[in-house]
Amino acid sequence: MKRTGAQMIWECLLREGVETVFGYPGGAILPAYDAMLEYPSIHHVLVRHEQGATHMADGYARASGRVGVAIATSGPGATNMVTGIATAMLDSSPIVCITGQVGSKLIGSDAFQETDVTGVTLPITKHNYLVTRAEDIPRTFREAFYIAQSGRPGPVLIDITKDAQQSTAEFDWEAAAPRLPGYRPDLRALPSEYQRAVELINTAQRPVILAGHGVLISGAMRQLAEFAEKTSTPVALTLLGLGGLPASHALNLGMMGMHGEAWVNNAIQEADLLLAFGMRFDDRVTGNLKTYAPFARKIHIEIDPSELNKNVKVDVGLVGDLREVLDELLPEVAQNEHADWLAHIDEMKGDSAVRDIQNLPDSGQLFAAHVINDLWRLTNGEAIVVTDVGQHQMWEAQYWKHEQPRSLITSAGLGTMGFALPAAVGAKFACPDQEVWVIAGDGGFQMTMAELATIAQEKIKINVAIINNGYLGMVRQWQEFFYERRYAATPLFSPDFVKLTEAFGLKGMLVTERGQVKSAVDEARAHPGTVVMEFRVEQEDTVFPMVPAGADLNAMIRRPKPEAEVTAVQTEVAAVQTEVEW
Amino acid sequence: MQHTFVAYVEDKPGVLNRVASLFRRRGFNIESLTVGHTDQAGVSRMTIVVDTDEFGARRAEANLYKLVNVLRVEDVTNQASVVRDLALIKVAADGNNRTHVMQLADVFRARVVDVANETLILEITGTVDKIDSLVDVLRPYGIIEMVRTGIVAMRRGSAAADNRPPRVAAQVPGEPADAAVSYSV
Repeated sequence: MKRTGAQMIWECLLREGVETVFGYPGGAILPAYDAMLEYPSIHHVLVRHEQGATHMADGYARASGRVGVAIATSGPGATNMVTGIATAMLDSSPIVCITGQVGSKLIGSDAFQETDVTGVTLPITKHNYLVTRAEDIPRTFREAFYIAQSGRPGPVLIDITKDAQQSTAEFDWEAAAPRLPGYRPDLRALPSEYQRAVELINTAQRPVILAGHGVLISGAMRQLAEFAEKTSTPVALTLLGLGGLPASHALNLGMMGMHGEAWVNNAIQEADLLLAFGMRFDDRVTGNLKTYAPFARKIHIEIDPSELNKNVKVDVGLVGDLREVLDELLPEVAQNEHADWLAHIDEMKGDSAVRDIQNLPDSGQLFAAHVINDLWRLTNGEAIVVTDVGQHQMWEAQYWKHEQPRSLITSAGLGTMGFALPAAVGAKFACPDQEVWVIAGDGGFQMTMAELATIAQEKIKINVAIINNGYLGMVRQWQEFFYERRYAATPLFSPDFVKLTEAFGLKGMLVTERGQVKSAVDEARAHPGTVVMEFRVEQEDTVFPMVPAGADLNAMIRRPKPEAEVTAVQTEVAAVQTEVEW
Repeated sequence: MQHTFVAYVEDKPGVLNRVASLFRRRGFNIESLTVGHTDQAGVSRMTIVVDTDEFGARRAEANLYKLVNVLRVEDVTNQASVVRDLALIKVAADGNNRTHVMQLADVFRARVVDVANETLILEITGTVDKIDSLVDVLRPYGIIEMVRTGIVAMRRGSAAADNRPPRVAAQVPGEPADAAVSYSV
């Protein structure tokens, strides 16, 4: 059948099972928007900024596991997507971005709203396309969706010239099968490598599993739990791995790395075998590579071969889909107890617990960690939480106990402030029946708060918790520790968030005391529309523990014990800094 | 040390940019990069020389494979292979020293491809070392202009069939084979 390029875009999206797209129209993408009216079964969400569209597509993808779609026009529309695309790239999130491009005859002439978008996004996409002919659209879309969600997922961008959208060609979906002779998402490890891995696993005395985002992407939650239980191996999680093993699982240690609990990082440093499952040894996870896990052999199971030996040299690298690799390994590995090792880790936990903020005396002040922990309890831990970037993000990771995969959506690799609100919109469209909470700082929220208008226009229900400490908190914390409390550009003015929210026709609430939290959260949850809650928390609160960037993983700045003097923090910082070369 | 990669890539717009961008992005320094057609339609062949250690070479190879348009990568650094560079060298040579220059060219098996009153153009093919040596001995006469292609490399012996990119059938499991399309790239 004959179709215009513009119609083909929607025909392709329909066939890929797309129900919702997030976009913003403009000149070069107008033909596609015009054709959209003929395809009412696809719901278009009008965003307020194209960055929001990409984060929404990203949030949609992470909540559902399906490809999220964002649309923008050429030039500024497309360049506004860059941050969202890079965010999806670093967190391996499958999104397809469709951008309009000026007419093919105008390309290269610096025409109005012309940008070399495939050039700009080349290093931040898994792959991208420039389409100049309508007949190339079906194959391009099939390839793009296939690439985005297979292997290690990632963003794919399709830039379509205006004339390609306007011209007419034969649309034959069946004939347009992907032609990707160089694309290998299904690599397998050699049997000899499996044998070597099994030997190391069966002879280890102090093993630790490092579980990452790959557990969720691959759907290897059951395999991870079985593997950990059979071999009695404790599991440390990356930020994006949270939810891969229930927080209540006896072998779950919690999050590792810069703001991981002390026992987790100490266990890694003392381990004699690290089993890296679908994670990439990010610098926020390893600290100083020279002193990282010095006694440990390393087995790395990873679908992307370029991650093997990238940051940490491993003894065995098993390339493949984590779930399939674990299915192969499970029958081969021996039942084990590791009683001494697990008991030793439990001892370390005891030492940390006395420093836990939850055990501090209640001074009536509102601490962010309290708020987040209360939110978790009041929602029975069943909500999807979308966090922004900064202190609240780390407190969420520490104090929200994730039992389910895909219950935490956060920008980890790129650390994109402003991610939470739009990503939550995407998550809500992916899982309309689930309760969705945004936890954001006063800084990050202000970066993308225009999307409140999108929320109001779409009449969706999201609960937003702004953790307002009047500072760009995480940067302030670094300034406190490493820049002699010289608070350059971190004190932050905020608007009256309640009035602001009301201006969008939504409900705003202000909470300033711990005693108000429960009733306010109950009220917000019961409200049919979106509620933005501002929690005015302690201004100079700090995320503990902290491994300074580049320091040894076990060189942590710890929360001073309750009886300690205020100066104890500085003593802790000084103690750690002396061990670090800056 | 210098590592030499041979990469088969799809002959599509922007592929050279993707490869070059990858090396830049990952912090590798390209010493030499050549690209040209192969005997197979739609397939180009690149020879890339990079100064890196063994781990870096493995990383470069793995990252090359991540590019969707890259069909096959081979590190021929430690393989028995023929490696050639080609140079055109314009040397100052008038009646007084033309014979000297031509004798030197002869020793290096270089060919004289242009003669003018004041200059000669020599064409030489060979290893990088050989060309460097010729350049050194010509320098006193005055090199006016020089261009080099960068190296091309090919493994020796009958491994040729092995050198070709694998014939790949339809990539998506369960996809109907597209009979009208050749996947033989």
